[in-house]
Amino acid sequence: MPKILVYLVHPSLEKSKANQMLLDSIPNSESITLRDLYEEYPDFSIQIKAEQNLIQNHDILLFQHPLYWYSCPPLMKLWIDLVLEDGWAYGKDGNQLLGKKWIQVITSGGSKEAYTKTGFHGYTTDEFLLPFRRTAELCGMDYLNPFLVQGTFQLNELDLQKESNRYRQFINQLLGGIYG
Amino acid sequence: MGESSFFIQALIYLTSAIIMVPLANRLGLGSVLGYLIAGIVIGPFVFGFVGTEGKDMLHFAEFGVVMMLFAIGLELELDLLLRLKFWLLGLGGLQLVLTTVITAFFSYLFGFSWKSSLALGLILSLSSTAIVLQTLKEKGLMKSISGQASFSVLLFQDMAVIPILAIFPMLSDSDNVPVANHHSLVENFPGYLKTLVVLSVVIGIILVGKYLLSPFFRLLAKSGNREIFTGASLLLVIAISVLMGAVGVSAALGTFLGGVVLASSEFRHELESNIEPFKGLLLGLFFLSVGASMDIPVVMANPTKVLGIVFGIIFLKAFVLFILGLIFRLPLNQNLYFSLALCQVGEFSFVLFGYSENLGILEGDIIIILVAAVAVSMALTPVLLLLYEKTIFGFLESKAPQKTTEQDIHKQENPVIICGFGKFGNMLGRFLRSNGIGITILDFDADRVEMLGRFGFKVYFGDATRLELLESAGLEHAKVVVAALDSPEKQAELIRNVNLHYPNIKIVARAGDREEAYDLKEIGVKYIYRETRETAVLMGRDVLRLLGTRSYTAEKARNLFLKHDDETFHELFDLRKDRVQYMSLAKQRNAELERLMFVDLGQEEELERDSWSEMER
Repeated sequence: MPKILVYLVHPSLEKSKANQMLLDSIPNSESITLRDLYEEYPDFSIQIKAEQNLIQNHDILLFQHPLYWYSCPPLMKLWIDLVLEDGWAYGKDGNQLLGKKWIQVITSGGSKEAYTKTGFHGYTTDEFLLPFRRTAELCGMDYLNPFLVQGTFQLNELDLQKESNRYRQFINQLLGGIYG
Repeated sequence: MGESSFFIQALIYLTSAIIMVPLANRLGLGSVLGYLIAGIVIGPFVFGFVGTEGKDMLHFAEFGVVMMLFAIGLELELDLLLRLKFWLLGLGGLQLVLTTVITAFFSYLFGFSWKSSLALGLILSLSSTAIVLQTLKEKGLMKSISGQASFSVLLFQDMAVIPILAIFPMLSDSDNVPVANHHSLVENFPGYLKTLVVLSVVIGIILVGKYLLSPFFRLLAKSGNREIFTGASLLLVIAISVLMGAVGVSAALGTFLGGVVLASSEFRHELESNIEPFKGLLLGLFFLSVGASMDIPVVMANPTKVLGIVFGIIFLKAFVLFILGLIFRLPLNQNLYFSLALCQVGEFSFVLFGYSENLGILEGDIIIILVAAVAVSMALTPVLLLLYEKTIFGFLESKAPQKTTEQDIHKQENPVIICGFGKFGNMLGRFLRSNGIGITILDFDADRVEMLGRFGFKVYFGDATRLELLESAGLEHAKVVVAALDSPEKQAELIRNVNLHYPNIKIVARAGDREEAYDLKEIGVKYIYRETRETAVLMGRDVLRLLGTRSYTAEKARNLFLKHDDETFHELFDLRKDRVQYMSLAKQRNAELERLMFVDLGQEEELERDSWSEMER
């Protein structure tokens, strides 16, 4: 069974119903490790070695984060800058991530329609996520399509429940190795 | 001397010094010459305020010289000597030997005996530490190449004084001159026993200095009495000189040795600054007496002789120095400056002249001429340097850029001085040290100093509110002074001192509470740190976390609170005298902070709403 490392990256989780819901949907499993980055590093002092050691024991890196300005929250960007070191993640002898999977679980206020060629933002979410795709590729990882929860501010209790179920299934599929 | 006449004497001496010394300093002649001129003025040949007792006064004032040697000994730190060994031995040693040999050779030609010639050569090879170092410091040349070269030569000369004092009795023509002026205890012992006794006393001093002195001083420090400390420092010097005298070693040599032994002690700066005023005054008195006992008519009768000797000496010394400067590859402009700076004869020659007269090495009337010549050579130094700077130096300067070398030559050149090494200073010191910053630490708690010494911190014992102590700890080279003393009064005094004399040094100050912080702001401190503020708020942050607040949110709350607290501090500062307004503004600011916190901690229910969502519809 593949091991999943879930990175939760949200600077104000207490204000995000959608993200709390997603978090609660993750099943308790020996194969899932949860890492709450903003809780771990409130002062942004990321421990590079500790992060790298953790990654070595997992097969799937799952980043759960809101979409801020078409990208990730700052701590996640810093994490990428620091942890994915030359000679470790890429470059000469940088083969520690080879064959691992990269997947983003993203909540956005904007609806599905807003993120289309003709919509409010004028591009699809996939296009906005190009830097992440390329990052994963450069490290020799499999980049899986993101799991999107969109239009969060319009979701009522019932909608949230639906999304929760969908997410639980998605995780189970990952564990069963059906993807890839 | 009756009591009243003693005070009258003191009145005359001090008055003349107070008038002449600042005047001489203003003219750039240095304080040594000021005292000398003051002595001449009150002496029997001008005003005649003091008569022939100038000679008795000399004997008393020679104790200033003893203290000076003690202070020189204190300055001799082994690592400084090791760092400078090349310049010290090479430049310093060669300068002394060459100048001595050439001067002695000329003296011999003029008909002196070879012993007198050698003594004369040794005396005249010394330069004036007081004048040269003062000049270099004033012109900011201490770190230039010429400054370093000068410093090395002077240091070597200072050290050479000791063997010179030891050699002099051997140069005496009469066989039965006692080593000291009084009868020593070991006079009738056979030679080998004498040596044995002297050796054991020296070893005794070393052992006492190493093992007994620090505990003894610590004990005194605990009594917390300033003047007892000063008394103990004086007692130490006097005891050493008496003890050495008793076994027939000169007091100067003995105290120098004592100084060297104590150079590595944590009480070094404290001793230095305790002795300083006595040393300064007694030395001043010594130069005064030299001036007062100078036989002006003899000098006036032989002007050509005096001037001939002066220019002979200046030329010879400068020539030797210049040649050595060439050998040691000093840049031309620096070399010339170095040669001119050290071409006078030093103040120590007055001591040696007196000494050689007692021993019968040199005749009294030739000494009078020589003393006058030395004084003139001193007076000419600033003039020569000024001329050189105004003419050639600037011209050469443009061609050869002045290089300052990496190697520092001062005793302590750390960029940070921490005053007060309690819990607070200690933390800060550890942080700076772990980042490779050199720190000098002063503390007034003897137990603490001892304990820190065991942990490998070089801590000096002393009261940081005293400017002279700060200066001997290298204040002039510091960039930042950390004021972390426990008492607010002491803090204020320290800060005022540093601000007044070294306005360019930045001061960071610890405050106990808000009131103290206001007081510090009042006297113009820019960087104020309330001791408990950060720690308390950090603790508050973690309490929030333990209550379930998310780390990052709690961290933001901490930063927001501190920022707000800073702003409030500065706003309330202006109102702090007006209690009513102060309280009302404080309340207002607190309420505002509460509102801010409430919003930020997410107490208000809100969905994750980005403002785009409104536009997207």
